[in-house]
Amino acid sequence: MHGRPRKPLKPEDAAASAAKAEKLRVLQSQFLHNHHNHIYSKEAVELSTKLLETNPELYTAWNYRKLAVQHKLTENDSDPDSLKSILDEELRVVESALRQNFKSYGAWHHRKWILSKGHSSIDNELRLLDKFQKADSRNFHAWNYRRFVAASMNRSEEDELKYTEDMICNNFSNYSAWHNRSLLLSNLLKRKVEGFVSKEKVLPDEYEFVHQAIFTDPDDQSGWFYHLWLLDQTVRVDSPQLVSSWPTPGSDLILLGDRCLDGCASSPFTRFHLDSRTFPLVLYFNQAVEGVNSSTITVDSELNTNKDLVWKPLSSCNSKAAQVWVTQLNLPDGNTHSSKVFPVEDSSPISSLYQLSIKNDNELTDFEWRAATIAKEIDHFRELLSLINCKIGKLTLARLLMAHDAMMCPPANKISHSEEVLELYNDLMRLDPTHVQYYKDQHSLVLLQQVTSNWESLLSRCFHYSNSPSNRGSPMCLQLKNLSLSRLGSFDKLLWVQMLDLSHNELRSIEGLEALQLLSCLNLSNNILGSFTALEPIRQLKSLRALNISYNEIGAHSIDTTKYLCSSPLSHSVGSEWNHGQTVIDDDIKSYWEAYFILKGLNLTQFDIVGNAIVNEKFKSFLIKVLPGLKWLDGEQLH
Amino acid sequence: MGELAADKHVKYIISVEKKKDSFESVVMEHLRLNGAYWGLTTLDILGKLDAVDEEDVISWILKCQDESGGFAGNIGHDPHVLYTLSAVQVLALFDKVDILDADKRLDKINVDKAVEYIVSCKNLDGGFGCTPGGESHAGQIFCCVGALAIAGALHHVDKDLLGWWLCERQVKSGGLNGRPEKLPDVGIFSQPNLMMEHSCRVHWINKDKLVKFILDCQDMENGGISDRPDDAVDVFHTYFGVAGLSLLEYPGLKPIDPAYALPVDVVNRIFFSKK
Repeated sequence: MHGRPRKPLKPEDAAASAAKAEKLRVLQSQFLHNHHNHIYSKEAVELSTKLLETNPELYTAWNYRKLAVQHKLTENDSDPDSLKSILDEELRVVESALRQNFKSYGAWHHRKWILSKGHSSIDNELRLLDKFQKADSRNFHAWNYRRFVAASMNRSEEDELKYTEDMICNNFSNYSAWHNRSLLLSNLLKRKVEGFVSKEKVLPDEYEFVHQAIFTDPDDQSGWFYHLWLLDQTVRVDSPQLVSSWPTPGSDLILLGDRCLDGCASSPFTRFHLDSRTFPLVLYFNQAVEGVNSSTITVDSELNTNKDLVWKPLSSCNSKAAQVWVTQLNLPDGNTHSSKVFPVEDSSPISSLYQLSIKNDNELTDFEWRAATIAKEIDHFRELLSLINCKIGKLTLARLLMAHDAMMCPPANKISHSEEVLELYNDLMRLDPTHVQYYKDQHSLVLLQQVTSNWESLLSRCFHYSNSPSNRGSPMCLQLKNLSLSRLGSFDKLLWVQMLDLSHNELRSIEGLEALQLLSCLNLSNNILGSFTALEPIRQLKSLRALNISYNEIGAHSIDTTKYLCSSPLSHSVGSEWNHGQTVIDDDIKSYWEAYFILKGLNLTQFDIVGNAIVNEKFKSFLIKVLPGLKWLDGEQLH
Repeated sequence: MGELAADKHVKYIISVEKKKDSFESVVMEHLRLNGAYWGLTTLDILGKLDAVDEEDVISWILKCQDESGGFAGNIGHDPHVLYTLSAVQVLALFDKVDILDADKRLDKINVDKAVEYIVSCKNLDGGFGCTPGGESHAGQIFCCVGALAIAGALHHVDKDLLGWWLCERQVKSGGLNGRPEKLPDVGIFSQPNLMMEHSCRVHWINKDKLVKFILDCQDMENGGISDRPDDAVDVFHTYFGVAGLSLLEYPGLKPIDPAYALPVDVVNRIFFSKK
């Protein structure tokens, strides 16, 4: 129980409590009797008043009072005075109940109900709110009610903004006030109210305001999230941008058939080994977008007519929006054994996309103040860190430096801060060990950005994958093993990858990997994947033929932390697909539904799974059933 | 680190069910059905659901049902969504959901509109409040994210942003608070944990410290778990403490499903035996 110390009840206290309880029980049962028999006499209503003043959580009593009020209103039809006194009485009861428990949902709701009858004045309500907010400035019921009153009584957002400023100046450790401020400001900016038309004019003062909170007490979290929101307002570009695509624009795409030897000197980034008659066109945006189809994207190609192209969003939840979209181009017959070169023009796939815009003029001028703001913030936080070695200082600086690098991309002279940022995250792991896993994940993301930042760095990690039992002439493998990666990212730079080695890392999930549509071989051995649901992205990798998940932790955990990330039968997005896909949900599928759901529909020829707790003879024979095309399981050839 | 005094907690829960004389007990009579859900789910996680009389419980629950089909918090009170949920959950524990008139299913609910409403409660810090514009609160986040998970709509959640907000709920003592600059609370503790489970960010919370915090909140003499060490215990926090430990894979406990807040075998039983 909140705030009540744990101590055994003394016998005299227990007796007193029992006596009080008996009294209350009598009142409650009398009340229920009145309620069920629709008795709204003066005494009956007073009884409910007494009850609510003792126990405002008795929700049935608030229902009763509403019925009593409605009853009285129909009786005293058109007398405005008695109407006023009836509603005044309700307001008094609410206030009295709130004094007993100012967090009572039922009481606040009842007051809103009274107000909906057109009663009370804004001054009255604000006066009440002031009282409660003085008692507890974080009472979110009061804040919710304040928003309700302001909206229904047309109090201006600017006035409310001033109120949050007063509250914060009184005590900056008031997250509720900062939250309300961000809400109001965000509305004012969105509606471009006078005085709030340009972010460039509004944000600097806000930065200064929040600095006072953060720099005075860096350990107080109240200002952190507000600052993060300001940062987001500074760097965010509202319209979606195309970040990357495959085939890479401005190069020659070379398609190699299955009998081609790997003798050509072309780079792995523009060479694609086909094993079927189609190859994908992949678009990667900076945020989830909807509406990519053949009327919004025009592809000029000698292989297909544009209107035949069907674009699919790669989303795990059957959502219509996704960051990555893919379509398939078909090769004409007779082309699978030789190589063919296709020049890919610079902007050819993206000729008309109504909701996308390459940086327009507005955003180009905006760029100046955005870059200047980030630069100023970087200076501020460097200064803070020179005075106090604090976590929020380091974390914010790391985020600012990454934001700065992202804005400068592609930079005229490449000054990347990634080394400094990696150091900052290493510092944070020591400074704030409670959150070491969060910093590790961020560190992994920055490391991947660094590794994928240029072609030379990527090429230095490309090797021939000699362990593959398949024939020569296979594509090159990108090795990102042994990097202590706990998180994946930078997929926009990896769209060309066909063979990927992520072994010997610390991956728990492969979120985002579905973007790598060309993947045919994936090595995830020696990681810490805890369940099949963590592999959800591979369901979208239709080209995958060889998968290695040996030496992970599948089957070792009783709790599945990625169960709801994928569209499983337990989430209702694909409930019907699950039920109708099978005539019989047999015992095997029930025991191994996660494996079944992830692997069915994949065309694997090679699968390695040894070293996971789930593996036994029963599971292996289940796998062979689910993967009919499988030729190799754990290194053994199947017959 | 201490240990989980499972037997003491079982005794505590049974005693709460029987002891209805104290003032606190009467004051909370209207939410007894919630209490039933908390107490009974805890017993199931501890593997001791048979410690109660199933017939007794079920017949009492059915007495709480109104002619509208909804359930009240206790006999004679008005029906309410909160208690209807608890009733269904308790019946699920006993595998007796079919005694209900099962016409109220997810397909009868306009899921899209529900998702829309939940998304309108999303805040700029990534969290969710109890109404549009309401401040982010771990308890609300639990409900909203759980609902989105059930509706297959987790893509609406900014997992990185919310994940960071939530992991920053873990304070030095290892416990979690419900909002910035508030005290840690076992009840709150479990809720962000549940949310993080949904989105594979749960490793951002330090598990060992959290387990220690919960174990420190136990009343080792009389059983039960409180919101923070040395406060009075109650069934609500006992439930969240034990459920939380289950999620943290504390040994000897039944695993719990983070979205439905019921043991995994109960949830699987419902889904895989649907016709």
